Formats: sequence, C-alpha cells, structure tokens
Amino acid sequence: MKQSGDRIRGARLVVLGGVAFLAAGCGNGQNALQPHSPQAGSIATLWWIMLGVSTFGLAVVVALLVASWFRRDREGRERPATVTVVVLGIAVPVLVIAALFSYSDIFLIRGTSAPSPTSLVAKRALKITVVGHQFWWEVRYPSGDVVTANEIHIPVRTPVVVSVTSSDVIHSFWVPELNRKMDLEPGRTNQVEIYASKAGKYRGQCAEFCGLQHAHMAFYVFADPPDVFARWLRDEARPATRTSQLFLDRCSNCHRIQGTPATAQVGPDLTHVGSRTTLAAGTITNTLAHMEEWIAHPQAVKPGNQMPELHLTDAQVHELATYLEGLK
Amino acid sequence: MTTTVTERVDRLERMWVERPGVLGWLTTTDHKRIGLLYFWATLVFFGAGGIEALTMRTQLIEPNAHLVGPTLFNELFSVHGMTMIFWFIIPMTTGAFGNYLVPLMVGARDLAFPRLNALSFWIFLASGIFLYVGLFSGNGPNAGWFDYVPLASKVFDPGRNIEIYTLSLILNGISSTLTSANLIVTIFKLRAPGMSFNRMPLFCFAFLAASLGLLFALPSLTADLVFLYLDRNVGTHFFDVAHGGSTLLWQHLFWFFGHPEVYILIVPAFGIATEIIPAFTQRKMIAFPLVAIAELLVVFIGFGVWAHHMFATGLPSTTLIFFAGATAMVVIPSTIQVFAWSTSMIAGRPQFKTPLLFIAGFIFMFVVGGLTGIMFLAIPFDQQTTDTYFVIAHFHYIIFGAAVFPIFGGMYYWFPKVTGKLYFERPGQISFWILMVGTNLLFFPMHIVGLLGMPRRVYTYPANMGWGSYNLVETIGGYITGIGILVLFANLVVSYFRGAPAGHDPWHGPTLEWSIPSPPPEYNFATIPVVSSPYPNWDHGDRERDGKRLAAGEDVHDQGHQQPISALIDGWRVGIADMPHSSPWPILTAFVLCMMATVLVVEKFVVAGFLAIVLLLTLLGWHSKEPQEQ
Repeated sequence: MKQSGDRIRGARLVVLGGVAFLAAGCGNGQNALQPHSPQAGSIATLWWIMLGVSTFGLAVVVALLVASWFRRDREGRERPATVTVVVLGIAVPVLVIAALFSYSDIFLIRGTSAPSPTSLVAKRALKITVVGHQFWWEVRYPSGDVVTANEIHIPVRTPVVVSVTSSDVIHSFWVPELNRKMDLEPGRTNQVEIYASKAGKYRGQCAEFCGLQHAHMAFYVFADPPDVFARWLRDEARPATRTSQLFLDRCSNCHRIQGTPATAQVGPDLTHVGSRTTLAAGTITNTLAHMEEWIAHPQAVKPGNQMPELHLTDAQVHELATYLEGLK
Repeated sequence: MTTTVTERVDRLERMWVERPGVLGWLTTTDHKRIGLLYFWATLVFFGAGGIEALTMRTQLIEPNAHLVGPTLFNELFSVHGMTMIFWFIIPMTTGAFGNYLVPLMVGARDLAFPRLNALSFWIFLASGIFLYVGLFSGNGPNAGWFDYVPLASKVFDPGRNIEIYTLSLILNGISSTLTSANLIVTIFKLRAPGMSFNRMPLFCFAFLAASLGLLFALPSLTADLVFLYLDRNVGTHFFDVAHGGSTLLWQHLFWFFGHPEVYILIVPAFGIATEIIPAFTQRKMIAFPLVAIAELLVVFIGFGVWAHHMFATGLPSTTLIFFAGATAMVVIPSTIQVFAWSTSMIAGRPQFKTPLLFIAGFIFMFVVGGLTGIMFLAIPFDQQTTDTYFVIAHFHYIIFGAAVFPIFGGMYYWFPKVTGKLYFERPGQISFWILMVGTNLLFFPMHIVGLLGMPRRVYTYPANMGWGSYNLVETIGGYITGIGILVLFANLVVSYFRGAPAGHDPWHGPTLEWSIPSPPPEYNFATIPVVSSPYPNWDHGDRERDGKRLAAGEDVHDQGHQQPISALIDGWRVGIADMPHSSPWPILTAFVLCMMATVLVVEKFVVAGFLAIVLLLTLLGWHSKEPQEQ
C-alpha cells in the first residue's frame, strides 16, 4: 500500500508538471489553463487554488491509508475515534467548503457573468449575436448587415456581450481562454461576456452534444486592435460585386450572398466566405482545393452535416469553388 | 436431541426445496437464486458496456481515427452510459447484492414479496434484451444517456432509436421500483427479533438509502420518458418550444432523477465497504450512528442538487447559487464516511486481503473523484469544465472507482459464502493492482485533456490540440483495466472449481450471513436468530443460544414457507406470514410487458391495448392462488 501510494503520488507529480508546462506555453487556443481574459484568468487561478487544497486533502487520506498498512500486524486499539471523524469529516470540510462557496459563488460568479444590461460595461460593450445550427455558428453584428459564420472578430481589450441562441438543438458556446461556457437553447437567449486581453486567435468549440457532427463544430475568435477590427467590419458590410448563375441555380436555396439574388439563410452566409480561414466549422482549412473537395462531397468531409451531396461535375465544382474563393 | 435437530432441518429442506432444472430457475422465487440470476445477467451487460467503452477508447487513441464513424460512436456512448448505470451498477447492487444479502443480514428467509422479486428480475432482463436488440438492429439510442431534447425529438431524431431509449428505460424503471419497494419492506418488516434500527448492519442502511432514493427519483424519470414518447408519437408538445413547451423541462425532470441516481449508484458501495472494513480489521466501525445517518443523508440531500447539472443553461444566478449551496452540503455526509472508514482501518488490525485492498483503492478513488466533485460547486469553474473530459474523469473516478471497486471487493468477500469455496488470494491481489494501475491511467489524464479544452461526446478530434498523447495513455489504461477485469473473473471461475472449502465463516465476519452454512440453505436460517447488536455474528452468546433454540424447536417455523414479521422500529415479532412458492406468473407477466413495449416502438396502439388486457389476465392468474390459502 505504501509503495503504491508513493508511486501514485510520484506519477501525479509528473502529470501535474505536464499540466504546468502546458499552462505555461505551447498553446493551441482552447486551453482553459492558458487564459487570455480576466474572467478566464480568475477561473484558472481558482483551479490552481482548488488543486492545491485538494492535493493536501488527498494526501491526508492517503496518509491514513498508508498508516493502516503499517498497522496490519499489530493488535487493534479499542480507543474510540469518533472525535477524529467529527473534526476531519465535518468541521474541516465545512470550513473549507464554506470558503470555496463564498469566494466562487458570491464573488467570482459576478466577475465572470455577462454584465447587467443597465451597467456601464454593458453600455460600452460590443454586442453580437451567435446562433447555433447543426453544425455551425451564425455570427451577427448589429451594425450594417454583417452576418458571418464560424469566425468571430472582436476588438481587443473591449468587453463583448454575446447573445446566444439556437435555431435547432441545444449547443454550447465555449471559448475556454476567454471565459466560461454558455448553452444555446432554442427559444431562449442567454448572454456571455468575452474579452480578450491581447490580440490573437482563440479557438472555441461546441460543448453540448448536438448530433452527428458535434465533434466538428468549432469556431475561432479573432481579437484585433480596434482599427483593424473596424476595417474588417467595414469590409464585411460590403455586398458582393460578382454573381454566379451556377451558384444561384444550385446553392441559393440555402445560402445567402449579400448583393446578389441569393437571400436564403438556411446555411452559412457566404458573402465573404473567401476571407475565412476554415470551412465546415473548423473542419478543413479554407483553400481552393478544400473548397472543391467540400462542394463535391460534403458528406465525405463531414458525414451527417446538413449540406446535401449536389452531384456536380468537376467543372461545375471548380467554377463554384473559384467563385466562392473570390468572395473576399 | 440431535435427531430432533436433524429432523427439523430435514423438514425445512423439504418445505423449501427448489424445483430442479431450468424450469426451477425460470419459476424460482428464492432471493438467492434471483440474486444469482441478477448477477449473471448483469455481468453480461457489464461485458457489453465494457466492449463499448473499449471501442470508443480505441477510436480516440489518436486524432482523426476512423475505426467507427459518428453514427455508431453516438450510439456507443449513449448505450455505454445507459448500460453501466441501469443494466450493471443498479441491478448489480440492489438486484444481485441486495437480493442475496439483505435477507441474510436481517435474518429473514426471503424478501418480503418473493414473486414480485422474480417479476423485477424478468422485467430487468427483458428491458436489457430490448435495448440490445435495438442496438444490434441499428436502432440504438443515439442522443446520449441524458437524451436532451430537442435533439431527441422526432424532428432531429426521426428513427426508432429514441423509442428504444424511452421504452427500455421505462421497463427498467418498473423493475428497479419493484426491487427497491421489496428491499424497503424487507428491511422495515422482516428484521430478526431484536434488530431495532440502531442494531441494523450499515450495509442494510446503505441499501435502504439506495432503495428509498430509487423509489422517489424514478417517477420523475418515468414521467419524462412518457412525455417524450407522447411528444414523438402522439403529437403532444411537452418539450416543443414552438408550441409553448420547454426544453429545460426535460433537463429538470431528468436530473431530478439523475442526481439522486448518482448517489444511489455509490451508496450500496458504501454499504459494502462498511461490511468489509469491520471483517478485515476485526473491529467495529467507528462512528456507527454518524455513518448510518450519513448514508441516508447523502441520498436525501442528493434530491436537492439536480440543477448543478444545468449551470450552463442560463438559469438565473440566484437559482444557481441555491443549488451550489445544496451541492456544498451534500459533501459533508461523504467526508464523514471517508474519515469513518479510514480511521476504522487504522484503529483496527487490518488484514490486506483482496476485499480490503479493493476498499482501500475505493477510498482513494472516491476521494479523488469527490475532490473534483467539490470543485463543481464553484459555478464559474463548473461552467468552464462542464461537458469536457474533466467531468468524465470526475464521474468515472466516482462510478468506476467508488461504485465498482467495492462491488469487486464484495464479489471476493462474499464469494466463499455464495459458492462455499475460497478464492485464490494472490491472483485476487494481482487483479486489484492491475485494476488500480489501469483505471488511474485510464481516467486521470482525462482531467488534463478536459482542462486543455477537449469536449465530451466527440467521436474524433484534431491533431494540433495537444490531446493526442493523453488519449493514447487513456486507451492503454483502458486495455489494462480490461485485462484486470478478466484476471479478476478468471480467478473467481477457477476458484469456483478448484477452491478449497470455505466453511461457514472464513473471515470471522460480523453479520448474520456468516452464521449459516455456505452456500446458505434455501430457508437461510433454521431458527430465526435473535439479535442484540449490529455485529450479531460476533455475539457468540447469542449464536449459541440460537443453536439451543433450534434444538428446542423454538422459532423454526417449519409449517410451510413461514416468515416472521417484525415491528418497524424495534424489530420485535408481530406475526408470521406465509411466503409464496415458485410461480410461473412473474416470468409470464414480464414477457407480456416486454411484448407491449415492443409493439409500442412501432406505434401499434391497438395491439398494445390488447396486450394490456392479456397483462390484466396474467395478473388475475397470479393472484388466483395466494399463499395464505395453501
């Protein structure tokens, strides 16, 4: 027992070292221990505190188990030890848990919640709407007619209040490096605040099981300096300048391209699809080759997604892909 | 004198003898036989759930793997969760352990309602076959064991998959309800003379708590399942937002069942621990009343914490804080027990045989899982980690580590009682260490990948996320766990054939089952024992007196299947009941019920109505011959 207890604790140290290493660097944009906002930072700090206290608690119990191993061949003591149980099992946990409860559920919960609509923060915050779909994210900006998909651009060091809802099943909006998650419920609108302390690209992913392609429902948050963001928003509001008859024939039942007769909003808005970094909600990078692959066989790239097989010829695929990639 | 005892015992043997052969097993009402049926059936489902788990772990061994596609993967994790909870742990604890051991521990000859007990088993078996026929016919439940609407509504899940889900769980719920009612009445009314509540073994307190929990939690799930069935097949709008329904209603009703359920899963394990620790330390449990109250309290408070599964749904903060507070309170009964177990081990003279090793492992795993569980009462942290692998790590430490380790320990502990043979100690200890290493390799890295952002219920994941190596370790741990389980059962099977005779009390165990032969005779106790402490087998004076009472023909009750009935609080005798003999009606009733469920899958309501009449007729047949009239 003792040996194994040591071995387990040894393994644990190695593992914790690994966590610390990952928390320190080599990020991939979806790491709750590498926060880039005060909110996510306070949650990560809380985790390290809880981990410390928990490790101590576990050590106490392991010590008791190891001690019992040493007592294995001795005479039993008839000394009643109810007092030990009352102290270790009631008094100490009550204090520790009361502290955790007050700190996290009275103070921390406020700091990480969306600001109340009447507050100053809410007034100066950028407000955007995210609508969940099987299996992609619709992103709407209040100014102009800006609708995009799977990529959220925000100004850095600015509070952003995201109103989330769903068009079909329950999804969950989660950018671990920026804040805690919030479910997207059909028929309800929930709010979550995101804030990026430094410019960069942060990954998010649907966290509530939503069907066949729940695994491929990612998105990126791009936090840019305010002027870059303003330029992006301006560009994004521009309607498309070119029209494709093939697109109107085959794709406009579901997709919108602002400035053309294609106005359907079943699938993602494609007005500026050429400027996005990924396709199919983070499944593949956005290149001409991938675009062709996607248009030709969407069900092979992301089986079970809502885009049907269109049975196009290679030439049509190429024409459409080229057209769409030109929509910057 | 001796001849008189032999004659009495012979007469009891004749009275209680079971019908031979397969027919005997199909019509049996003996709690030990039904317990064994539960045991074997449950192990088959455990194997199925394990294969599902290993298939998923193999799929997740590396990024972008292609062993199974999303369709099958979603069915696998849905059915894995359902199987392990509803077709393994609950029936293994209340069904197998509860059935076999509770009557023995309270000094009874059977459960209070033996035919009802048979009915619960056959409905349970039917529900499991129903689920797996669904899975193998390509209609396995595929919206998770939690089955959130609207994903599980007809619009988004048009197949028959969810009908398999709702109806198999309704059947299973009927079975669990009957078992828990049976256990509650047995514990309340069939206790041996003198076994007042303060002298009842902690094991029975735990099973009482689990049974009460099931009895009060299941109606909420059943209502939810019926609503979903009606929404999908009859056109009601309970969960239909467009027509004024609510998707959150499903979640509230589900978790009002689902959280007590979590405690229902582990409380029996607490009960097993509180038997094994005294037996292998040869010392009474420290803080007995505190532990007994804690076992009941954990389930009771467990009814007030359900919304902590819904912290990310956008409920108002006030609601969240209330449920976080309740979650904080439910920790205390658990910490009481952790320190009662561990101080009892120190204060006694522990012998680290396999059962106690499993209990030591259980305490370790329970504390790890419990500590991460406490973290979820911090709402912001919960909302960061919910629906990630961190949660999977947490509840597998609880469910595998804390609920299943004691089940394994209990299998070793009561193996000599059930089979009359000793198991082989060394392979038993080896199986423990393999499982200890395997499960920690399997589940510990899940904490880390969860914090690194890996969500649950994904059938694959990208390569550049830094999750690959952890997943590889987890999968290796999964296979080591599988090997550990195989070693464990191989040992038990070999021991069954080659083990040395165990005698009636190889451990000098504390409770009544160790006072009778191994395996126990059909009638359990030749004379109903008189009890004066929660550790009756250590009260040698009492047990000697039982021997004398048998010789004097006192409390033998050999005029049929007779069972004394006791008063609720103090356990003293208030009457004698005649118990039923074997009966074909339970299995027939279960069969008709299962047929009803089957035609409801395909919406044949008229046929279902006809079968309902058949069901009534079956029940008439059942009651046409009451035991009192024999």
